[in-house]
Amino acid sequence: MNSRNSRNGLILFAVYLLFYGGFVFINAFDPASMERTPIAGLNLAVLYGFGLIIGAVVLSAIYGVLCGDASGNSSGSDQQEPKA
Amino acid sequence: MIYESSFLAVSIFLAFVGFTLGLSFWLGGKAKSSEGYFAAHGQIPWFVNGIAFAGDYLSAASFLGICGMIAFYGYDGFLYSIGYLAGWIVALFVVAEPMKRLGRFTFADALDSQFNSKGIKLAAGISTLVVSVFYLIPQMVGAGALVTPLLGFPQWVGVVMVGAVVILIVVTAGMLSTTWVQFLKGALLVVFSAILTWMILQRGFKVEKGGNDGHEFQTFRITTDDLTNGDGKVGSLENVDVVPADNGWEKFDKKYVRLQNRETQLVTVWMMKELTEKDGPNLELTEVQTLSRSTDGTIFVNGQKKGKKKGEPELFAVGHVVELPDGKTETGPLSPIDFFRTLQQSKVVLWRNEKVVHADKTETTVYYPKITTGAEVLRPGEHPTFKGIRSEKLFDKVNFLSLMLALFCGTASLPHILIRYYTVKDASSARKSTIVGITSIGLFYVLTLYLGLGAMTSGTLDVSEENMAAPLLAKGMNTWLFAAISAIAFTTVLGTVSGLILAAAGAVTHDLLGSAFGVQMTDTEKVRVAKMSSVVVGAIAIVLGILFQKMNPTFLVGWAFSVAASANLPSLVMILFWPKVTKQGIVAAIVVGMVSSMTWILLSGEAYSKVYGLDAAAAIVPFSQPGILTIPLGFLTLVVVSLFTTGRQQAAA
Repeated sequence: MNSRNSRNGLILFAVYLLFYGGFVFINAFDPASMERTPIAGLNLAVLYGFGLIIGAVVLSAIYGVLCGDASGNSSGSDQQEPKA
Repeated sequence: MIYESSFLAVSIFLAFVGFTLGLSFWLGGKAKSSEGYFAAHGQIPWFVNGIAFAGDYLSAASFLGICGMIAFYGYDGFLYSIGYLAGWIVALFVVAEPMKRLGRFTFADALDSQFNSKGIKLAAGISTLVVSVFYLIPQMVGAGALVTPLLGFPQWVGVVMVGAVVILIVVTAGMLSTTWVQFLKGALLVVFSAILTWMILQRGFKVEKGGNDGHEFQTFRITTDDLTNGDGKVGSLENVDVVPADNGWEKFDKKYVRLQNRETQLVTVWMMKELTEKDGPNLELTEVQTLSRSTDGTIFVNGQKKGKKKGEPELFAVGHVVELPDGKTETGPLSPIDFFRTLQQSKVVLWRNEKVVHADKTETTVYYPKITTGAEVLRPGEHPTFKGIRSEKLFDKVNFLSLMLALFCGTASLPHILIRYYTVKDASSARKSTIVGITSIGLFYVLTLYLGLGAMTSGTLDVSEENMAAPLLAKGMNTWLFAAISAIAFTTVLGTVSGLILAAAGAVTHDLLGSAFGVQMTDTEKVRVAKMSSVVVGAIAIVLGILFQKMNPTFLVGWAFSVAASANLPSLVMILFWPKVTKQGIVAAIVVGMVSSMTWILLSGEAYSKVYGLDAAAAIVPFSQPGILTIPLGFLTLVVVSLFTTGRQQAAA
């Protein structure tokens, strides 16, 4: 499989996993902090929740660019046959 | 509430369904081979496939269930939005491209690409069937919930209608027409949700005394003496007597009082709250709503026989703001940020319910208002499913972590999502269509919070039908929008159900019959077998949809995610990243993951209370969501069995 794409994918996956894991653990073990309103009168639950959704869209776009989709070059090695 | 069908709504609805079916028949003529039937010849453009991902994925659970949960409980429904979208990250970054490279029709193909094992095909095929059927139930429940207000039919008619239409779609043209139906529906759902959100923001918030049907809920203060002196006056009510608390009501004698009008004999129920002030009134009475069904099946609302037409007795519409910041009574149009900022400082009325059980085993459901601050509405942990967030008990917290893990891992393991990787031409297209999918799905999920909170404050909610929040919100805006939203929601169900039935039919044809049982079939026979399986799976879905009609679809989807993640994810991930995987390891992981997660669910407190009608506390397992144990168990099984069987496989080779 295309190792560059795969490595990029795993790095971005790890970044998102940390971000998502942070949200879940704050909710579970310090729920009161979700009620704080750090920015613009919005509470952390709304900010972090929107952050996770927008973050997923942004990371997926970054991944697309890294894989060369933006330049229209669909990385030739995509067509490789699987190692059997 | 009483749901009357409107000519406009029905016309738009029928036009939609007619168009969808027409498209299906037309495309059906183009896909004759099995390659065309199951994978649309792998020729779907990536952008169309990406929006079709959204159409496939944004099911009734997303649209009806999440909006309903947010409308009744606030932020909690949004946790599902977050978890569902996060799952796509796993799908894109980990499984999308390898899935495309390794498989041809089904995800069992991908798992089996190195082994050519009947066991893998059998296990993966069965797991696909089980997950698809689990996932079908909530879709059918959602279909029933939609048809009731739209066409005025009972719920089971809706379920049968969806089943019939979907079977027709799947039987006529398979993946090609299913993809275009999903593309249409995905695009329309996002666009109309955006329109609805814009209208919610334009409307802003307004302080009201009740729902949009004009009924104002009453609250007044009295002294205990008013209830006992027998002069017929209680607060602003005249000519009423207190009905003794008996026949099940004695359990609630400190909470509710029933008052009977001397002339009409009508009994109304009031919630009592003790006041702490020293002088003057010491009790506050608040109007509640009741819904009961007598032994002969007659339905009573608020003490009267439920009517059949508008104007006759029905539950009152609810969902209103009682206090805005700075003593304002109306906000006017709000920006997307001011919407939350204003709500955060306001107070709204939410409705909770409890059941009074009578001597003849009938029940009265009491719906009572609860004034809730915006700060509470916008924080997680109010819904029973998410009580773990505010609970001190460790198992409650584990239950929450387990659900969020299952949502994260489940998406990438859903068979009907995985088969969509085979409808595009190469891995690059698979990746690009996933990115388009994530973007459109993400946009929709951002809108769910506005839609749900908009419904909460719209004055249109039916206290007894949580799933109806989004369509009723649209109805409160205007009839056209309601008709369009209902039709889209209905095609939403059609799109997802078709995808699921196709996934199940593919599993039966390729994995079970074709590979595991070695039945030799020609191309035409494969398509015929798949169509027959579609009819059978569709029929099963109809029956289950009717049986489970009272459950929140989102909740049921949570179960499907747990089973999918436990059964499929370990093998999917390990086959990509661990060279020592053996076929025995894969089979064992699928079987152990599937059986353990299903057993856990069937023995859980939630199944006890919501499926069997038993006491949740009597459940055998300590928390309801299995993912946190059964997903690692699947991985562990795979590793252990693979290590034990590596030598044997090498010896055999």
